[in-house]
Amino acid sequence: MAANKTSFEKKSRWTAGITPYAEMGYYNADYEPKNTDILCAFRLVPQAGVEPIEASAAVAGESSTATWTVVWTDRLTPYEHYQAKCYRVDPVPGTDQYIAYIAYDIDLFEESSIANLTSSIIGNVFGFKALKSLRLEDMRIPPHYTKTFQGPPHGIVMEREYLNKFGRPLLGATVKPKLGLSARNYGRVVYEALRGGLDFTKDDENINSQPFMRWRDRYLFCMEAVNRAVAATGEIKGHYLNVTAGTMEEMYERADFAKELGSVIVMVDLTIGYTAIQSMSKWARRNGVILHLHRAGHGTYTRQKTHGVNFRVISKWMRLAGVDHIHAGTVVGKLEGDPNSIRGYYSTLRANKLEADPSQGLYFEQDWASMPAVMPVASGGIHAGQMHQLLHYLGEDVVLQFGGGTIGHPDGIAEGATANRVATEAIIQARNEGRDFLNEGPEILAKAARWSPELRKALEIWKDVTFDYESTDVPDAVATVTV
Amino acid sequence: MRITQGTFSYLPDFTDEEIEAEVRYCFDNGWAFSIEHTDDPHPRNAYWEMWGLPMFDGKDLDDAMRQLAECRKAFPEDYIKVNGYDRTKGRQTTTLSFIVHRPQEEPGFYLERTEAQDRRIQYTIRSKAKLAG
Repeated sequence: MAANKTSFEKKSRWTAGITPYAEMGYYNADYEPKNTDILCAFRLVPQAGVEPIEASAAVAGESSTATWTVVWTDRLTPYEHYQAKCYRVDPVPGTDQYIAYIAYDIDLFEESSIANLTSSIIGNVFGFKALKSLRLEDMRIPPHYTKTFQGPPHGIVMEREYLNKFGRPLLGATVKPKLGLSARNYGRVVYEALRGGLDFTKDDENINSQPFMRWRDRYLFCMEAVNRAVAATGEIKGHYLNVTAGTMEEMYERADFAKELGSVIVMVDLTIGYTAIQSMSKWARRNGVILHLHRAGHGTYTRQKTHGVNFRVISKWMRLAGVDHIHAGTVVGKLEGDPNSIRGYYSTLRANKLEADPSQGLYFEQDWASMPAVMPVASGGIHAGQMHQLLHYLGEDVVLQFGGGTIGHPDGIAEGATANRVATEAIIQARNEGRDFLNEGPEILAKAARWSPELRKALEIWKDVTFDYESTDVPDAVATVTV
Repeated sequence: MRITQGTFSYLPDFTDEEIEAEVRYCFDNGWAFSIEHTDDPHPRNAYWEMWGLPMFDGKDLDDAMRQLAECRKAFPEDYIKVNGYDRTKGRQTTTLSFIVHRPQEEPGFYLERTEAQDRRIQYTIRSKAKLAG
């Protein structure tokens, strides 16, 4: 292969044998990306002795038209058009890493197919021997390609209008213990949490249809619980019924049953794959059911700074593929997440147009061309005492999910739910009144706790719980410790 | 029962000063402000009766609060809510909506179950107030 330690005799581009990728047209510092190009930023570490430009050109080559040797059949095509072009390589100061910017012509990709897009861009290159490591940091997806997708089946605006809930974050909880409850007991948790004040409860990612609780039984008891809670509160409520299964046929069967029972929402796991997610998105649009996505498994390739695919790229793919909810980090909870990076993920999911912003790890501008927004979900180790921080970091268009922070309340599940709802509304009121709710948060909550025994208990029991670890991944532009 | 629709139903009922602060928040954001009332607070009743048109260029807090007082006087046994509406592109929806007035007694809802085959149940939520009326 070209990108190795061997030095090359200068030879003509088309002589049989090996020509460096950079000399085959996969590197072109003068190339000006077209508005229609898909742009990628890769973080790469070349093997010792491999020139960074050649390594970057190799990534461009292997993710587009190239193979390891010269092929004369290239000359049957306007190959300059189909070649991806690395147009810039920047060293990352103080490291052995480089950021390679690569432009891909839109003709390289099938319309409306995340599978095709990703088979090209991350298909082969990650195993490339000439690289020590590779990570896809960001992508600029032009409106010309975006418009081949329909995106979220409902989006934030439609979801809020459907649920009749405005002006505050939505609140949810994942049923715990996540494994082992019988269907009837499981429904009890759903009922208590919803009647106490949450908007949603949720199956966990690994609740599918196990011997201790089959899916059909769970759905029936959960919908009894949901409807009882609707009648008790006068609010629309939902439970994310996880329809993840081994085949599409089984997923459709479960989703159809959930719809027949009147569920406003179903969920799938990221592990079902991009094509299955796109199929379920079409199902959700056709049937008027909100689609929640749990990002199960993403940490295996998103977390390490020099390997895999950054979550902001997964966020873009999932907005295109079309989900209404996606887990995107909490900042303050138990799972990995640097505040600036998470701000970037949330903007990617919610904004219509973004400028490049290195402090948030956004390498490119991104115009979503009016595609509906995805509701980010913050889940994992959060509680009522952090409400001011959650609103500050995550904003209003978010689902805050308190699993342990609801079910672990010493007085009961409904009381835990009420504590979360009271805390949310108190902080929103303070924000709307123009108060500095981030700094005054603890006082605002303490004041509400004087008349709300549920909140008082919650604040007492979880007051000292924080998850204060350094992030494994922060944008190059800033290095801030996790909150 | 206490219906918990709206942004602030878990807080104690707002005083006029607290309501006014929220109206000011709407005006400061450039949102239209509106008042709606109903005797049918079914969770899927999207169309409460409008008390006049939304105040699009509202800057007059006193006028907004006066309108609310008049609505209360006219419909003391209805639910009344106030809304903020943001017309900016991509938002184009309600941004704040909370109940500011309730009837003396809130009758709540019936949950009606129609049993179908294979343990399936069709659920219907009915407003007790509507049934009684």
